[in-house]
Amino acid sequence: MSLGYYPGCSLHGTAREFDESMRAVTDALDIEMTEIDNWSCCGASSAHSASHLLGVALAARNLALAEAEGRDAVVAPCAACFSRLATARHELLENEELAASLPDILERPFENTVEVLNVVQLLLEYDERIRERVAQSPVFSAVGQMKVAAYYGCLLVRPVGVAGADDIEVPTTMEQVATACGAQPVTWNMAVECCGGSLSMSRTSSVVRLGRAIIDDARRAGADALLVACPMCHANLDFRQVARTEDGDALPVLYLTQLVGLALGIDPETLGMHRHFVDTSPLMAELAERAKAAEAAATAKASARNGSVV
Amino acid sequence: MARIGVFVCHCGENISRTVDCAKVSATLKDHPGVVVSQDYKYMCSDPGQTLIKQAIEEHDLTGVVVAACSPHMHEKTFRRAASQAGLNPFVVEMANIREQCSWVHEAGPETDAKAIEIVGTIVEKVKNNVPLETIHIPVTKRALVIGGGIAGIQAALDIADGGAEVVLVEKEPSIGGHMSQLSETFPTLDCSQCILTPRMVEVYQHPRITLHSYSEVESVEGYIGNFHVTVRKKARSVDEDLCTGCGDCQAACPSRKIPSEFDAGLGMRSAIYVPFPQAVPNIPVLDRENCTLFKGRAKGREKDLCGKCKESCLRSAIDYEQEDTLIDEKVGAIVIATGFKLYSVGREQPEGLKGYAEYNYGEIPDVISGLQFERLASASGPTGGQIVRPSDGKVPKKIVFLQCIGSRDPEKGISYCSKICCMYAAKHTMLYRHKVHDGEATVFYMDIRSAGKGYEEFVRRAIEEDGANYIRGRVSRMYRDGETVKVVGYDTLAGETAIFDADMVVLCTAMRPHKGNKNLGRKLSVTYDQYGFISSAHPKLRPVETTTAGVFVAGACMSPSDIPDSIASASAAASKVLGMFSGDELEREPTVAVVNERTCIGCFNCERVCPYGAIEHIDVCNRENEVCGHVARVLPGVCQGCGTCVATCPSKSVELQGFTDEQIFAEINALLTW
Repeated sequence: MSLGYYPGCSLHGTAREFDESMRAVTDALDIEMTEIDNWSCCGASSAHSASHLLGVALAARNLALAEAEGRDAVVAPCAACFSRLATARHELLENEELAASLPDILERPFENTVEVLNVVQLLLEYDERIRERVAQSPVFSAVGQMKVAAYYGCLLVRPVGVAGADDIEVPTTMEQVATACGAQPVTWNMAVECCGGSLSMSRTSSVVRLGRAIIDDARRAGADALLVACPMCHANLDFRQVARTEDGDALPVLYLTQLVGLALGIDPETLGMHRHFVDTSPLMAELAERAKAAEAAATAKASARNGSVV
Repeated sequence: MARIGVFVCHCGENISRTVDCAKVSATLKDHPGVVVSQDYKYMCSDPGQTLIKQAIEEHDLTGVVVAACSPHMHEKTFRRAASQAGLNPFVVEMANIREQCSWVHEAGPETDAKAIEIVGTIVEKVKNNVPLETIHIPVTKRALVIGGGIAGIQAALDIADGGAEVVLVEKEPSIGGHMSQLSETFPTLDCSQCILTPRMVEVYQHPRITLHSYSEVESVEGYIGNFHVTVRKKARSVDEDLCTGCGDCQAACPSRKIPSEFDAGLGMRSAIYVPFPQAVPNIPVLDRENCTLFKGRAKGREKDLCGKCKESCLRSAIDYEQEDTLIDEKVGAIVIATGFKLYSVGREQPEGLKGYAEYNYGEIPDVISGLQFERLASASGPTGGQIVRPSDGKVPKKIVFLQCIGSRDPEKGISYCSKICCMYAAKHTMLYRHKVHDGEATVFYMDIRSAGKGYEEFVRRAIEEDGANYIRGRVSRMYRDGETVKVVGYDTLAGETAIFDADMVVLCTAMRPHKGNKNLGRKLSVTYDQYGFISSAHPKLRPVETTTAGVFVAGACMSPSDIPDSIASASAAASKVLGMFSGDELEREPTVAVVNERTCIGCFNCERVCPYGAIEHIDVCNRENEVCGHVARVLPGVCQGCGTCVATCPSKSVELQGFTDEQIFAEINALLTW
């Protein structure tokens, strides 16, 4: 499979660590991925509200470029980019008339042959490989001790039939990837609740309230960290919760790619772990402690067992 | 030489408004073989029929063509009239110039020409008609009723009270079905068991009813009036003749932690058990899958691990070596009354359906189904009628009921309305408030569908007198929040989210057909819909008949129905059966397929395509009277005259009486040479 990479604006800006960890992880897993040359805006989050055609055409331009480069699929880590590209592709498959009008608008050929993947779907395709590589690293690792609450938000699972989630209300794909990494997903209730999305700017207090409910439930479920795959969710849950760090109540919010990177033994700085607003270093230190303690306990148990046999 | 009469009807203005009936009549007068042609305003009226009868006698007609409406409408009328005048009814045909001409065209010479063509082709057909005789079939005046729920019980009692014998087959250890599990019934709140159990006893004691409980229909052969049914009586491990139903074996059984099917999993039962105290027959059954002795035997243990029930039985009725037995029954009619099962809510679903993982049913013990609530509210239930939470036994102060779980949602695979849920949810709120006076009952609904005598009043009573809180909207998510269940919904009338901390949640799940329906349908050549509900022969005009003659249907195996509907359809099916049994022979129209046994090559393609199982094998003997081959024969009692075998036969040995190749080709030729 020839895979194109569509980073979108977020991954070149506020979500730089998503981009960094994405590249590091795909490298480590030997997934060949080429950034689409001369890519442009996907249209999120305003184009489709201004003009339906513009919303479709902006996304389709990037798909046409990937098609010209001979890609079979494009991975768009940002959930909003993924949603725009996947929705445009879906709509153009359904609406032949609209599809026929696009080559003229884009001023390039367009057959709509390129599949659109989000980062969860991509990693899930390689979960066996992740398992194999993780198995080579030490048994008692920080990731192995990490309890994670997988948070999907809206665009990774909706709309039905477009996003390709396994279950729109109770998806499990992120948990499957986290399990492949050796982490322990928790059972919780807010996996597909709203993070506030783009109200982040206009109604900040709502976003803080919604984010707080999500983080509280993750904490109640015993999670050490939230797992996300969307720059918007990350901003709302990480940056908007920064006020909580003062009372020591904030929860680290990791990108899924960062978790995979940590599990594969990639150095935290390469993964951009230092770029979060909620400091991840205390958590990593604690997890390392826990791993050490678990190892010591296991060794003690093993030697006790051996002793009794002797 | 054919002597055909043509009678053109105006149908008031229905035909004459667009077709020049006088012209049609006059043109047909000159058609070869036509000796009389007349038109009249209402041919189906008494004077119209008299006109035809007179013409038959006056002109000694050999055939009659009535140019009027569809044969579905009045073919029978005119055939009856002709036979009164001494003509064989099957040489009378309809030429449909109403539905197929006057109703669909404008007036004009082309329309007239089409009408003339239609009548002309039928005249050519009738020239080839031969007199046919009505088929007479002997009938066994004994009925099989499959399913011993309320529908099956009602059908069995009605037929037996009408004087015919009944064989009632129930697959569970006791008859009674779902109704025996219910607490009180809408819209009168009378106790379900109080009105049902006397009927169950009546079935058991009826001199004309043979009850096979814990049995299933193995195979069905034959046709209307003459079915051969094999019933598999499953091994109870208890001798029904010896057992007195004392209950000692149940008390002795050490395996007591088996979820009770009757209590919808809320109570426990032993491995040898009677499903409920009022069971009919009151004879226990040994559940071999959960019995220590049989589990041991399955693992190959040589010594039996238990035997407590056998030791305790003073009558020595327990028989571990008992095996399934097959019983042959001869019946003339069959009533299917297999009832329903409920949609299961969880993520795991059979093919074609989707579950509600977001409701955490099965994860949270206080999220229960409507049937489980019935058991909680029932005096015979695991809590003796006390409504308490399965998790901690506390009385719930806030219950949320969710309607349309599974039903009316194509996304979940069930598009139909489950019909009973609106009513039983209202009933549940009342039962709850009658027992927990300070309790709060909230119902999330899509629409309230309360059509039925006293139904709407019943729902209003729940709301107005018993204070149920109705919210129009759906629930998106439920999760455990401490001791309570967080119910996150949306109130579509208020336009805002509606979030509840409920002590208990009741899901009103959709009624679904039993998965055995499809199998049974195939055994009986009866059609079923995309969900597996048994289909009626006609949704309006023949609601309790099926596509197979002599097989009838009653209750919730057709579509979701409540108790009154089930009983009504059961009585309707019973009256159909009794009607069938009223004579010694059945009469059928002779439009059935006939095999020419001299040209049949015995390939039995016809047997493979026949949807009704109407083909039988006939031995062909040589001069020494030894069997040397087989040919096909059509059972006239079973054949429905669809003609599929005719089209399939490679040696052209099958003809459909009344629609022979000769007749059809005569029609086509008439059209081509016009």
